[in-house]
Amino acid sequence: MDFQVVVLAGGTSKELIPLVSKEVPKALLPVANRPVLSYVLEFLEQSNLKHLIVVVEGEDAALRVGGWISSAYVDRLHVEVAAVPENIGTAGALRAIGHYLTAHDILVVSGDLVCDVPPGAVAAAHRRHDAVVTAMLCSAPVSGPSESGSSGGKDKTKKPGRYNIIGLDPTKQFLLFIAAGAEVEKDIRVQKSILRAVGQMEIRTDLMDAHLYAFKRSALQEILDQKESFQSLRQDVLPYLVRSQLRSELSLDVAQAEENGNDKVVSLDNKVMLSQLVANTSSSSFHELCAMGPNGSAPFPRKTHKCCVYIASKNKYCARLNSIQAFSDINRDVIGEASHLSGYSFSAHNNIIHSSAELGSKTTVGPQCMLGEGSQMGDKCSVKRSVLGRHCRIGSNVKVVNSVIMNHVTIGDGCSIQGSVICSNVQLQDRVVLRDCQVGAGFVVSAGSEYKGESLARK
Amino acid sequence: MDTRRAPRAVIDPKVRQVGFFAPPGQAQPSSSPPVSDLSPSSNSLSPVMIPPPRPVPFPAVPLSPLRRPSAGESIPVGSYNPSEFASPTASFSEEAPSPRRAHRGISRKFASSLPSGGFDFAASKPNNFPASSLKTVSVVNTPPGVSAFPDKKGSKAAFAEKDGGPSLEVQCEQSASSKSLKEKTSKAERRALQEAQRAAKATAKAEGSKAPVVASGEVTATNAKPVKASKAPSQKNDISSVVASEKKGGDRPPEKDRKKDVPQPRMQFDDKIRVEKAKKRAVVKQTEAKHRVELFRHLPQYEHGTRIPDLESKFFQLDPVHPAVYKVGSRYLAGDISGGNARCIAMLQAFQESIKDYSTPPEKTLARDLTAKMNCYVSFLIECRPLSISMGNAIKFLKTRIAKLPLTMSESEAKATLRSDIDRFINEKIILADMLIVRHAVTKIRDGDVLLTYGSSSAVEMILLHAHELGKLFRVVIVDSRPKLEGQLLLRRLLGKGLSCTYTHINAVSFIMHEVTRVFLGASSILSNGTVYSRVGTACIAMVAHEFHVPVLVCCEAYKFHERVQLDSICSNELGNPDTISKVPGRKEINYLDDWASNENLQLLNLIYDATPSDYVSMIITDYGMVPPTSVPVIVREYRREHLWI
Repeated sequence: MDFQVVVLAGGTSKELIPLVSKEVPKALLPVANRPVLSYVLEFLEQSNLKHLIVVVEGEDAALRVGGWISSAYVDRLHVEVAAVPENIGTAGALRAIGHYLTAHDILVVSGDLVCDVPPGAVAAAHRRHDAVVTAMLCSAPVSGPSESGSSGGKDKTKKPGRYNIIGLDPTKQFLLFIAAGAEVEKDIRVQKSILRAVGQMEIRTDLMDAHLYAFKRSALQEILDQKESFQSLRQDVLPYLVRSQLRSELSLDVAQAEENGNDKVVSLDNKVMLSQLVANTSSSSFHELCAMGPNGSAPFPRKTHKCCVYIASKNKYCARLNSIQAFSDINRDVIGEASHLSGYSFSAHNNIIHSSAELGSKTTVGPQCMLGEGSQMGDKCSVKRSVLGRHCRIGSNVKVVNSVIMNHVTIGDGCSIQGSVICSNVQLQDRVVLRDCQVGAGFVVSAGSEYKGESLARK
Repeated sequence: MDTRRAPRAVIDPKVRQVGFFAPPGQAQPSSSPPVSDLSPSSNSLSPVMIPPPRPVPFPAVPLSPLRRPSAGESIPVGSYNPSEFASPTASFSEEAPSPRRAHRGISRKFASSLPSGGFDFAASKPNNFPASSLKTVSVVNTPPGVSAFPDKKGSKAAFAEKDGGPSLEVQCEQSASSKSLKEKTSKAERRALQEAQRAAKATAKAEGSKAPVVASGEVTATNAKPVKASKAPSQKNDISSVVASEKKGGDRPPEKDRKKDVPQPRMQFDDKIRVEKAKKRAVVKQTEAKHRVELFRHLPQYEHGTRIPDLESKFFQLDPVHPAVYKVGSRYLAGDISGGNARCIAMLQAFQESIKDYSTPPEKTLARDLTAKMNCYVSFLIECRPLSISMGNAIKFLKTRIAKLPLTMSESEAKATLRSDIDRFINEKIILADMLIVRHAVTKIRDGDVLLTYGSSSAVEMILLHAHELGKLFRVVIVDSRPKLEGQLLLRRLLGKGLSCTYTHINAVSFIMHEVTRVFLGASSILSNGTVYSRVGTACIAMVAHEFHVPVLVCCEAYKFHERVQLDSICSNELGNPDTISKVPGRKEINYLDDWASNENLQLLNLIYDATPSDYVSMIITDYGMVPPTSVPVIVREYRREHLWI
């Protein structure tokens, strides 16, 4: 369908320290014991998109991600991994791989997206309107994490207004305004010209930009070439396109139209008549009406381009792994309410216990839990709503609630872990009590210590 | 009738399927009492034959005797016979009108004179048995619907059993089932056993009809050939039907017998079997609307909300459809492009794009392969929205052009020729035709005229604008109607050019008609009896104008003419989204019909077109000049060759 897919897998994200490290770039963070990137790749594979470009920040990370992809997806996907320097932003990353992009349209997907919205829908909406950019919006989680017990205690990472402020036209097909909620201080400015052209704008705050965009390649590359300072797709490119949609500076419209043979500038009468025939009898968006001027017959039609949105329906799952809070939320959701994403089959107790896992006597594993391959648990343990990785050794009398424990973790007797994330190769000695903590890879927590809401990592 | 009867009764297997031959087959000595009771009734219409109430035959009509062996075990023998008898009279009318009539006469004779029903029955058996035993084998093959990604399925089944959205789950299910069959032969065996039992049952039932087969060998010999011929398609058919019926418990009747049917001019959407079949082929998943107006059940009507999301979500799976065609199709579906000319031009341009990107696969000829591709595109477009007649004519033109390409022509040359042909068609048949229409029509506009138009017709708009440019002084009355309100767009453009306009809705047409001196109307198509097929409401305007002795001029390009004859707007029409007439935009307080879908007794009818009888049309303005409606067949006949540039 003449689409190219670029997966921006990022590098080692600052927000996710101490979970990420040199060894574990963001793309390989385990969500229900699978790297988060696998969710994106499978989500694309389901839509028959098998030729992907994965862009990773940093050579080391690229090597690791590439190695993992080739081991997991050999014969299934045709993936090219490109390494770009760190901190050049999403726009910079696309600039860097610009010469690989040849298709008419490009689908840009963030590598940390866990969702089940068909990407074809975005692409189809993009094609239908012949838009320059189409963004996927999904409904933001009602209150972030579901508040239960200790899980919501992480106020530090959860800002109240971090979701986007989005202006839509009455048909909910075009994007008229976008701003990140966190960046807005007091007031937002809406362009009068757009408002005049549309007549009515709906401003919504309950939508979240899912970082899945379809771009027209020629437009995107033109912007990236012209605006050297643009760093980020979300913060620079998208708002620029939205702002300038009624006074487009893109030259592609003309070029494109000439290709299609219905250009208005070409002096052939027939061609003009033809395009008018098609345009007049079709229901036109405000863009065309505005372009044609107030009387519908401006001598020089204004150049416009369209910025579309695709709003995913509410019953679809969509989340981005961009904070520690999101990490534990997604882990919980993938095992819980969005379990179809995980690709595992659940047991009768609504949990996943690998056949090689060993449980001691009187140990209970509650619903919505996952126990990885080769893990061992002692007696009288209790696991609730948690994900335990591979080859963990857990002593007796351990309580694990609402937590994520990665691979090769050793936990001593009598520990209590609530709402925490414990990375690989961590050792918790006896009677450790953790509440809302993050423990970085390879850290050793000494016996009897108690922590609450702290981030522990090797210095 | 005699000419028809002779070949059909003996040779053609088509006749036997339609239904009247079944009862004699059943009326063998071994059959049950109600059946034998019925066979004399085919000679004279007795009260036994009174058709059951209308809704009943729809789901239950057994379409042919061929189907009986497989469907028979669930349905008692006696129970379906009455409905079968009723079917030709009541519900089968859309099947194939002329054969049916011929048939009734035949069956009356034959039922008593010949044991011919028996041949038919036996002949169907060799057809049936291999097919049912093939079922197990066919499951191993990848079902045609899923064949687009077979490699993916295998890995997916291994890697993850539960994957993704609902549509994919189904495929997974299928792949899983096919997998299990491959591995465990025991299951396949069990299934084979079941099939064998089923078949045995059918044999037992058909036992009585076997004897006459042997006696009349020459007739079976004539029968054998078509049966064999139909074998291959029937097998293929079974593959899909097995897959589809796995979830439904396998009670779907095979439709192999329908294969041999005369191809119908158009799909009748109250024909359940055909609809089912079309659904399996369909790219876009379409749920049919529940409450449909009785008279219009034969037209497709779908739940409008569900189609666009489904089409969208399949975007990347629709590999065979060219992106340009996809785009046009989705715009049809969303209603972004409407109007006969615009739709036709958009389609032709999309075809042009697809021809540009086309390359002949090795060992195939361009003419054949491209025609197949075009067929695929066209069926995709039909799924998005039924074709207009103008589009049908354009497609016919393109196909003849492809067929007429000389074999020696190189691929690039052929593509260039086709693309320039399309350009020429658009230019000559649409744009130049419109210019000619404008030139003719302007002579009919005089100073001081009040011109009425309805809706938004591109030809009428050009006429008005051109007359205005010529400095004629006239006023325009634009009559509009809900739900599309297309007239508003026209109004906006005319006002922009400085014309003086009056805008009103169709409710007020009888009032406004007093002051009107001419009515200019557009048309979607003009049929050969002079009937104007156009946006719904046109007929009303024309009739009111006729009553007021105002001349009605219909402007229509000649490429939209069609040799069909249509007397009403029922038999071929299009149904729009019923929700658009139940909701009033901008007025939320009018919500009396909000939950109309849950009301059993309410059906909404949103017709798109209507047919204006030629009596109400004073003149048709076309590119060949201004002609009376009676001259349409002449144009259709004389210029058809030119239309197709044969």
